Amino acid sequence: MNSSTHEAAAIHLSELTRRFGELTAVDGIDLEIRHGELFSLLGPNGAGKSTIIKMLSCLLRPTSGTATVMGRDISMEPIAIKQVIDVSPQETAIAENLNAWENLGLIAGLHGIKRAEAKERARDLVAMMGLTERAGDKVKKYSGGMKRRLSIAMALISDPDVLFLDEPTLGLDPQSRRAIWEHIEGLKGSKTVLLTTHYLEEADALADRLAIIDEGRIVALGTADELKASISDGTVTLVEADGMSEEAIEALRELYPDVRKVHNGAEIRAEDVDVYDVQDVLRPLGVQIRSTQHKTVTLDDVFLHYTGKELRE
Amino acid sequence: MRSMALARRNFLDIWRDPLYVSLTIGLPVFMLVVLQLLSGVDAYFTATSLAAGIVLFGFVMLMFSAAMALSRDRESALFSRLLTAPLRPNDFVFAYSAPYIPVAILQAVAIFVVGLFFDLEVAGSILLVALVLLTVAIMFIGLGMIVGMLFSYKTVPFAYAAILILTIFGGAWMDLSAIGGPIETFASYLPFAHAIDATRDLMINGADFATIATDYYWVLGYTVVTMILAVIVFRGRMVE
Repeated sequence: MNSSTHEAAAIHLSELTRRFGELTAVDGIDLEIRHGELFSLLGPNGAGKSTIIKMLSCLLRPTSGTATVMGRDISMEPIAIKQVIDVSPQETAIAENLNAWENLGLIAGLHGIKRAEAKERARDLVAMMGLTERAGDKVKKYSGGMKRRLSIAMALISDPDVLFLDEPTLGLDPQSRRAIWEHIEGLKGSKTVLLTTHYLEEADALADRLAIIDEGRIVALGTADELKASISDGTVTLVEADGMSEEAIEALRELYPDVRKVHNGAEIRAEDVDVYDVQDVLRPLGVQIRSTQHKTVTLDDVFLHYTGKELRE
Repeated sequence: MRSMALARRNFLDIWRDPLYVSLTIGLPVFMLVVLQLLSGVDAYFTATSLAAGIVLFGFVMLMFSAAMALSRDRESALFSRLLTAPLRPNDFVFAYSAPYIPVAILQAVAIFVVGLFFDLEVAGSILLVALVLLTVAIMFIGLGMIVGMLFSYKTVPFAYAAILILTIFGGAWMDLSAIGGPIETFASYLPFAHAIDATRDLMINGADFATIATDYYWVLGYTVVTMILAVIVFRGRMVE
């Protein structure tokens, strides 16, 4: 990768590694995120997503490797980086004794936004998050969901060049999640957004590109469609059956190499699955087929394929 | 100034807790009143003589609450968010320290006003008294920043107790010159005795600045060093 490519990238990670004692939380990650791109890190809890965000927002020193944000090195120029980023942490991060306006004003002030502009943005964000009626109350009186929505609004008020959203919709109701998705989608093209999530549909719906991360490593990288295409032609046949044994799975593999046992039967990834062939293989082994259905490949399947685990576990 | 936004939040945090404000201002005043009512005519315990020691006691309380507030914040998700803002360590120290200065002023004013009912007098310049006490207040708030950054919420009270014990060597409750020996020498290396001596000299003897200069510079030196250390400690704790 040449230097001009690095300059074009809003975020560049090179062999970025972070260890906590014996544990390697982030393991030599190379990655480039383009200006205006909405990039998602998808992975289960403990995969290393938040550690990456903490390093990129200059809260955590890398053990080795480097990273730049808008061309600035995270170890050498933290203040310059902090001037162009904002972060929505995974935990709800609000000042409990202030009201919503004051919380938003606090973050706007820290990022040097003029008071009139901050007020206007705060009004929009409070309305978007459905907090207008209670915005004047101390937030310690808010419900958990309201606090969460305010915490996310606080990351959006500074309108930064680079926005880190660490599990932004975790624990939110569908309506609030939808509102935040719409807002994030509106940032596409103009802001660089790094979104971590373990909601597959979130990554699928929002991300221009995504990386599947597991045990601190990127195991797959591309657009959602590219990743889905990488594991099959796009179809999965789900065979729901009673008594699906390992022996039955092995027998199916002789017909179709990509077969997995699932809790209620088996999944076959293959272009043309002949249900009668499947029946012929399974019946002599005492497996009773209840139903078969074709479904399209999802990111869940992609995740399972690359990590051997289900993301929702 | 970006740090003003955080200072404002910390200021509101303090003033929206009326119980805290009342206790911080009320306890030293209560102490003065009780000591006056119990001490009778002992010259060592006149309001004028006691004022400096009681103000010092109030500032130790301030140090404790500043340390507790910072330590509690440090363990919160909000603090991680604040650390991603483009603030430097000195901005953080300012934002967490400055809101306690009005409390310190109110505390001292309350002690002096109530002291008037017990014949408290200021023979020298009240402005010089204010200068000395303000410098002492900033030193204690700076100590609060260091303790709050280094100690957990649970262990801050132990650091508070240690500093409270050290303030005994300020001579507010005993005549250090009468004790003499290593205790007096030890006390002379700490800022507390210098703060109390300077304040008493101004209030009782009507001393001018030249007379208290040595004591004041000891206090000022400690204040500057404390604040520099607070910034260094903050810098060290901003990145894991």
